[in-house]
Amino acid sequence: MKLLASVVTAAAIAVTAAVPAQAQQGSGSPTVDAIRARGHVQCGANGQVAGFGMPNARGEWTGLDVDFCRALAAAVFGDATKVRFTTLTAQQRFTALQSGEVDVLARNTTWTLSRDTSLGLEFGAINFYDGQGFIVKRSANIKSAKELNGATICVQPGTTTELNLADYFRANRIRFTPVVIERLEENIAAYLAGRCDAYTTDVSGLASIRAANTPNPADHVILPEVISKEPLGPAVRHGDQRWADIVKWTHFAMLEAEELGVTSANVDTHANSTNPNIQRLLGTTGGLGAMMGIDNRWAYNIIKQVGNYGEIFEKNVTPLGIERGVNRLWTQGGLMYNPPIR
Amino acid sequence: MRISLNDPVFRAIFWQVVVVGTIGFVVWYLIANTLHNLEVRKIATGWTFLDREAGFAIGESLIEYEPDHSYGRALWVGALNTLRVAAIGIVLATILGTFIGIGRLSKNWLISKVCSVYVEFMRNLPLLVQLFFWWAMFQDVFPGPRQALEPITGVFFSNRGIKIPVPAEHWVHAWMGLAFLAGIAASMVVGRWAAARQAATGEQFPVLYATLGLVLGLPFVVWLIGGAPVAMDWPVLRGFNFQGGLTMTPEFAALLVGLVTYTAGFIAEIVRAGILAVPHGQTEAASALGIRRGKMLQLVILPQALRVIVPPMTSQYLNLTKNSSLAVAIGYPDLVSIANTTINQTGQAIEGIAIIMAAYLTVSLSISLFMNWYNKRIAFKER
Repeated sequence: MKLLASVVTAAAIAVTAAVPAQAQQGSGSPTVDAIRARGHVQCGANGQVAGFGMPNARGEWTGLDVDFCRALAAAVFGDATKVRFTTLTAQQRFTALQSGEVDVLARNTTWTLSRDTSLGLEFGAINFYDGQGFIVKRSANIKSAKELNGATICVQPGTTTELNLADYFRANRIRFTPVVIERLEENIAAYLAGRCDAYTTDVSGLASIRAANTPNPADHVILPEVISKEPLGPAVRHGDQRWADIVKWTHFAMLEAEELGVTSANVDTHANSTNPNIQRLLGTTGGLGAMMGIDNRWAYNIIKQVGNYGEIFEKNVTPLGIERGVNRLWTQGGLMYNPPIR
Repeated sequence: MRISLNDPVFRAIFWQVVVVGTIGFVVWYLIANTLHNLEVRKIATGWTFLDREAGFAIGESLIEYEPDHSYGRALWVGALNTLRVAAIGIVLATILGTFIGIGRLSKNWLISKVCSVYVEFMRNLPLLVQLFFWWAMFQDVFPGPRQALEPITGVFFSNRGIKIPVPAEHWVHAWMGLAFLAGIAASMVVGRWAAARQAATGEQFPVLYATLGLVLGLPFVVWLIGGAPVAMDWPVLRGFNFQGGLTMTPEFAALLVGLVTYTAGFIAEIVRAGILAVPHGQTEAASALGIRRGKMLQLVILPQALRVIVPPMTSQYLNLTKNSSLAVAIGYPDLVSIANTTINQTGQAIEGIAIIMAAYLTVSLSISLFMNWYNKRIAFKER
C-alpha cells in the first residue's frame, strides 16, 4: 500500500546516512558516482500510462519517459540498456526521489514552482507540453467542460490534476463531486462502470486511456477544453547540479539531433560531417561531454541507441492518436527549443 | 554496595541505564539525522502548511469544506470520515457478530452450518479483496442514476450510492434532539429507582416500557408542540445526479459493509467462545432455582460470558478502526487518503505520517480506555 511506501520512505529519510554535500573525487556528482558504482541508472517510471511509461505485452518497458531514461544511460555508460525502472504511483514519486530510491523521476511530472522549491527537486527540461482535460462517454452528449455542473469526476490523488480540477470549477462557479482513487486501474474501472461522469488527467493520459483501456475508443470523447498548463519533464534531487546538467542536456541533445536531421538510422553517415554543429553534437570536436564529466560521444550514443526526440515521439506517442502539436520543434511552429550545444 | 554485576541491586540499575540510554540514543540519532537529511535535501519542514489553502476538493464531508479551506481543515474532514465509518462499523459489527456467534451454537442444523460457513469464509479472505468486491458490486450491479432502482418511493439505488429522503430542515429538530437526550437521562434515573425499589420491596417495575416511552415519547411530544412538520427533502434527479435527500456513497457503503462483515466473523467466534466458557452447571443451577430461560440468559449466562468476551472484543474494535485506512484503495476520503494527498502536495511526509500516527493512536487509546473501564465494571466482584 502507498501508506506503507510513505512510511518506508519517511523511514528511509530518517535512517540513511547523510549524502556528503561535496563529493571529493570522481565525477563531482554523488548521484553519478552512485550510478557508476551501481552499474545502472535507476529511473522512477509510471508503469501505467501507455506511450509514456508502461511495460508492453513482452514485459519490455516502452514510452517517451522510458526512452528518456534509456538516453540517460546511453549518456552516462554509452549503453542504453543499463537502466532499471521503479514503478511509482503519483503519491510515491517525490518521496522516492527525495530519499534516493531513484536517480531521476521521468514519470509525466508537472513542473511547478512549489515542487521545484519546497519539495527539494530540480526540474530543467520539458519533454512533453501537456494540459489537463476531461474524458466523458459519448452517450452523455456533453460538448464542453462547462456543462459538467453537478458531475461526479474521478481523479488520482497527489497530482496537480486534483488541484486544477478544483480551481477550474471554482473559477467557473460550478460544482462537482470528486471521487479520489489511488490507482489508475480502479479510476478507469470506476469511470467505465459509470461511477463517475468524467475522468480527468493530462490530455496525453486521456488519449492513452482511450486508446489502451476502453473497450471501444469511439464511445468516449475528450472534451475540447484544456484547463491547465502541464509542462512534463524529468526531475532530479536539488543540490546535485552536475547530474541535473546531464539530465537537462540529454533532452536538449535529442532536440538538437532532430533539428539537425540526425537520426538513429543516419547518425553514422554524419560521422564525417563538415557541419560544425553536428561535429560538436557527435563529440568529434568541442569536448562537450568532458565538461559534464561524461564521454564526449554521449550524444552520439543517445542518438544511435535511442534516437532523436522526433523518433521517440513517433514511436511512442503518435500511435495513441496524439498530434505532435505544440511539441513540434520551434522551427516548425512548436515549443521545443534547446539552448545551443556548444 | 559493591560495584559488580553479581550484585542484584547494581545489576538491575546497570541494565536499566543501558537500555534507557540505548533507546534514548537511537531516538536522538533518528531525529537528528532526519533533520539533517531534510536540510541537506532542501525539503521544507514545520507545521505552517496546516494553515495554507488546500486547493483540492473532497467528495464527502461531515463538516463544511471547500477547496479554499486549509490543509488543517481538510485533515479534520478526513479524521471525521474515519471516525464515522469506525463508529457505525463497530456498532453494526457487534450486532451482526453476536447474532452469528449465537447462531453457530443453535441446535438448528441449517442455522449453525450457515453461520459456520460465514465465519470461515469471512475470516479467511483478505479484507482488501472483500472491499474491492463490495465496491465493484455497487458499481457494476446497480444502474446509473437515470435508471436508478426505486424499491420504495423516494429511495433510490444507483451506482452513485443510496439515496433516502430525510425530513426537511426545521427548527424543531434541535429541540427533539435535546428531548431525546433528556429521555435517556430520565430513563436512567427511573432504572436506578426501580432497581432500588425491587431490592427493598421485591416489586418489579416495567423499566423497558418506561424507557421506550421516555426516549421516544418525549421527542414525539416536542415534535407535536413544534407544529408537527411533515415536509420531506426528497432526492430528485437533476442533471448528472440526484439532488437533496441523504446520500450513502458507494465508497462509504462498500467500506462499511466490508469492515462490518469481515469483523463480524471474528466477533462471532469471540461471542461463541464466551458463551461456551460459562460452565453448564450454571445453567442447571439456574434451572434448579426455577429461573425462566430468557431471564437465565440475561441474569446468569451473559454477565459471566461478557467477562470473557470484552477483552478480545477490544482488539476487534481497534482492528476495525485501523482497517478503515484501507479506504484509500476504493476512494473513500478517510484520514489516510487526505493525509496522503496533503503529503504529496506539500512534500512534508514526516509531518503527515506523524499526524496519521497521532490520530490513530488517539482513537485507539480512547477505545482501549473505554473498553478497559467497561471491562472493570462488569468484572467478577468478590464479595
